[in-house]
Amino acid sequence: MYLLNRNQRHRVNYTWMIVSLLLVASLPFLLFLGLYLKSFLLIHDYNLSDLLFSKEWKPGIGKFGFFPFIVGSIWVTLLAMLLSAPICLLTAIYVTHYTKKRFLRIMHPAIDILAGIPSVVYGVWGILVIIPFISHYLGPFFGVNTLGYSILAAALVLSIMIIPFILNILIEVFQAVPIELEEAALSLGATQWQTVKHVVIKKSLPGIIAAFGFGLARAFGETMAVLMVVGNVVKLPKSVFDPGYTLPALIANNYGEMLSIPRYDSALMFAALILLAVSLFFNLIMHFFIARYNKY
Amino acid sequence: MENTSKISIVNLNVAAGKTQILKNINIEIPKNKITVILGPSGCGKTTLLKCLNRLTDLYPELKVSGKVMIDGNDVLEAKEDIYQLRQHMGLLSQRPYPLPMNIYNNVAYALKLKGVKKRRDLHKQVVSYLQQANLWEEVKYRMREPASNLSIGQQQRLCLARGLAVSPDIILADEPTSALDPISSQSIEEKFVELKKDYTIVLVTHVLRQAKRIADYVVFMYLGEVIEQGTNFMIFENPKMEKTKQYLGGTFN
Repeated sequence: MYLLNRNQRHRVNYTWMIVSLLLVASLPFLLFLGLYLKSFLLIHDYNLSDLLFSKEWKPGIGKFGFFPFIVGSIWVTLLAMLLSAPICLLTAIYVTHYTKKRFLRIMHPAIDILAGIPSVVYGVWGILVIIPFISHYLGPFFGVNTLGYSILAAALVLSIMIIPFILNILIEVFQAVPIELEEAALSLGATQWQTVKHVVIKKSLPGIIAAFGFGLARAFGETMAVLMVVGNVVKLPKSVFDPGYTLPALIANNYGEMLSIPRYDSALMFAALILLAVSLFFNLIMHFFIARYNKY
Repeated sequence: MENTSKISIVNLNVAAGKTQILKNINIEIPKNKITVILGPSGCGKTTLLKCLNRLTDLYPELKVSGKVMIDGNDVLEAKEDIYQLRQHMGLLSQRPYPLPMNIYNNVAYALKLKGVKKRRDLHKQVVSYLQQANLWEEVKYRMREPASNLSIGQQQRLCLARGLAVSPDIILADEPTSALDPISSQSIEEKFVELKKDYTIVLVTHVLRQAKRIADYVVFMYLGEVIEQGTNFMIFENPKMEKTKQYLGGTFN
């Protein structure tokens, strides 16, 4: 029947598995190495802390300070998380613990549609809805003069974008809590909210952290929608109404243009390297917390 | 039965959509006795048990009608005080589900819900309930460990301690020994016989021998209906219905 006997087939398949594993496991290292080599020119000529913490970005005269981009990225990401995290958490608890299952069956496709909308569409929606809303209403309400293109606009668009993504994971996480565990808490006389607070959330803490971690990573790397509404001004933002610039937007806006400027190419690769390093950092922190709370 | 009844179930019906899970159940559960609800899998035993402390609330698709009177209060009617009503009943489920806390807090949580606040009282009572469940000696140096570190048999005894900690007068047990080894099962059974002087015990099981060993009163259920109910002697020695005879004789299909 077969060309090889079953022992040989075992060995061939085993080898393939190892090869595939090595391929997948080595990808991050290759990526890192590639970006490092490409940005070597810049790193070699400049002091690393100058690159990371200098505010001056004038490629024409050879000044590459990435601080405004790093700060912009962090502001936008954290603000987006701050806006979306409570919404996601409460929605997920409600649809998994307070309503009939039928409701979730209707909700799920709706969430999936939201998750599948291309980011350009979110960007356009941001320009048409969020920007005027901020410049006409929100800004004046807080007594700020703003064009609307701002850190806040990017965070708002971004939070809407990552909500379906986080929500889907959270729903899975909460559904995985055995219903008998809730029965146990209720039978002791706990109210439904006490059960959610002391048992469901505690039991799913590692999953909740993972969901927010993935959302964070996604928000940090999101390019198009942010680029369209954040303003793209190289300046340290002083408030959320100021325009800013993010690392992914920097790369997307400039790569392929003005590469005649010396070291510009390397600088953009260095931005990518920072992006990768920060993502990795988030990931490590996430895994640290998951391991910490995974004892129950 | 010479004894007064603790729980009376009157015309209880439960349906999920179009399927009728429980049909016209009428049972009088005697006080300070072990009542065993016996029957093959899928006959509605567990659902019946969940109606008693209204855990059916967790399943919005279930439609429950009828009456479950405990000491004269209808559990199914209760609104705000359902949380206190549930504290009259300790629950022991098929497999142990320790709360995601350490061993000490698994019992202390139940006490806190009951309103015990002082640390010293908490500690004293936690120890006492763990002793009642025959677990104290094994865990006295491990109180801060996650409860999930315990063996299954120990976890089940922890769940018993937790259930007793709300100082209920009824114990609801849903096949509590089905996941346990013979020795742990025996220790739970002995505990039940010992506890019945203070508690009314409702035990769901499909194990005939267990029912025969410890039951005072037996309810035999099949396909959502009560086929026959009576004292241990009546059901095991002198069953009247054909279905009961078949089930007890092992010729059931």
